[in-house]
Amino acid sequence: MNHLMILTAMRVRLALRNKMFFFFSLVMPMVFFFLYAAVFAKSNPYAVAALLGPVLGLNVMGSFWGLSAALVMFREQGILRRFHVSPVTPVDMLLSSIFANYALALPTIVIELALAKFMFHVPSLGNLFSLWVMMTIGIISFGSLGLVIASVTNTMQETQVLNQLIWLPFIFLSGATIPFTFLSKTVQNIALFLPATYLVHSLKKSILENADLPQLLMPLGSLTFWFILTLFLSSQLFRWEPEAKIPRKAKLYVAATAIPFLLLGLWEAKSGRVIAEENMTIQKLDAAEKAEKDKSQPPSKPESQPAGQTSSPEKH
Amino acid sequence: MPEPVIRVENLVKRYGDVEAVRGVSFSVSEGEVFGLLGPNGAGKTSTIEVLEGLRNADGGTAVVCGFDPGKDAAALKYVIGAALQSTALPDKLRVMEALRLFASFYKVHKDPEDLLKRFGLEEKRNAFYSQLSGGQKQRLALAIALINDPKVVFLDEPTAGLDPQVRREIYDIIEELKRDKKTIVLTTHYIEEAERLCDRVAIIDHGKVISQGSPHELKQSSGDKTRIEVRLARPETDATLKNLEGVHDCRALNGAYVLHCQRPPQAIVALVKHLETQNNELVSLEIFTPSLEDVFIELTGRRLRD
Repeated sequence: MNHLMILTAMRVRLALRNKMFFFFSLVMPMVFFFLYAAVFAKSNPYAVAALLGPVLGLNVMGSFWGLSAALVMFREQGILRRFHVSPVTPVDMLLSSIFANYALALPTIVIELALAKFMFHVPSLGNLFSLWVMMTIGIISFGSLGLVIASVTNTMQETQVLNQLIWLPFIFLSGATIPFTFLSKTVQNIALFLPATYLVHSLKKSILENADLPQLLMPLGSLTFWFILTLFLSSQLFRWEPEAKIPRKAKLYVAATAIPFLLLGLWEAKSGRVIAEENMTIQKLDAAEKAEKDKSQPPSKPESQPAGQTSSPEKH
Repeated sequence: MPEPVIRVENLVKRYGDVEAVRGVSFSVSEGEVFGLLGPNGAGKTSTIEVLEGLRNADGGTAVVCGFDPGKDAAALKYVIGAALQSTALPDKLRVMEALRLFASFYKVHKDPEDLLKRFGLEEKRNAFYSQLSGGQKQRLALAIALINDPKVVFLDEPTAGLDPQVRREIYDIIEELKRDKKTIVLTTHYIEEAERLCDRVAIIDHGKVISQGSPHELKQSSGDKTRIEVRLARPETDATLKNLEGVHDCRALNGAYVLHCQRPPQAIVALVKHLETQNNELVSLEIFTPSLEDVFIELTGRRLRD
């Protein structure tokens, strides 16, 4: 445990000294946040609330990029070799990556939530406990996916290619960039097999519907199981040495990481629950926005009008 | 006779079809500086990495400080220290942070401040790893290798790629460790390093130990012959030069002739006379006192750096 904490502190310190870290972990997420809140949502509090889940989802799922790249770089530069000859274990190295990533990701998320509340006046951030739990499991499980990617790729180039291949469906099909309801029925069904879809969906439910944990049990359980599976696999496939290549057979194990969401996807495709909930959320949001508009409308004062004329609010 | 700290018997290490280590055997006593001398690719690093518990052997046995490195690597790592080849630390890690970081991995460790002073890194305590010179990085690697006050220190090519002045600084540090009676196993392909630092040397070639003993013993075993390297205007046959008076052995190596002689003056006179009769000319002549390089040439017909 001691090694783990020491390594976590080291990883946090190193990240804070890296300009690239600030760019990718603070500047980029903020650019996305303001793009979503100020441009796409036009600063409308209801629209900002609706886009908060997707924008937080983007932050959370991006964890796998940084973790995979950092671990492969450490291995390529011979840094892991130096730790190999010390009493540090693979689990220490892997868990410290995840803990450090969590500690580094959280402040950006808190800033985004604060901006949503106090700058864009989002009516409610929903169930904050559920939101925190889902973001926590999201950060660690997507981070753990990064560790598996680092384990099955031999060079930084390979890592970046694989990251891109995974990242694109995550951002375009999960509802993080293109609203889920805009996707065709077929694409929606494909998206049901992606962990990112459940992450974004559960973040939206926490914010917009005040969902508590029992309501989020399915995505929470799947992401937790996925985290355990990916962490176990990455510890089994961990390589200290740059020249140690991954056996082809071992790459097949990686297919096992798809199991939880393959099962969940099949179940959800059959039940149609997620798709229905997504549609309902949009309807509720529209209704809420309309109701709020009506409420804020000043009551019409009776005016003496010439006979035969009706009042037209548009003309006021 | 006390039990050796390291015992290696018929060690085998394969990488796919390539057998890098082919039945290496040696032992190292406490307080001894033992060198594995051989050209690049001879199997030195593979041998040392098996002993450090970084790789599993494919055959034979190895015992280090009473531990089997293949089975007890976790426990072994608490009692050994190592400065590995081609390793690094994160660029943005400061020198003192690195020492404190590695110190914190061990229940019992040396004071990082003392090591900082001992290795002449006080002025660099707040410097990032990326800001250090090659020599400073190597001194830091040695300091980290000693942080847990190890029973055995493994140094894999500790001076490779360093300039001669820095190399001498590293020699001084290793000699200091030697005076402290540390057990050290070092790999090198530098003759002077092995001769200056090692109590005993195993010469490795193509994954096998081809000779071992103290540098003095090894040189004596090859007859303590002076090496004369000559370059001639026109080529001669090895056999002709070998038959000259005072010449024990002659081999053509990279355009030069390497003559091993027990009586150098007679050999030189005989060579000059022979060249006169053949109408040949001496382009250059260098005389070397007997070294481990000669032992290696005699055993393999090659130079260490070929």
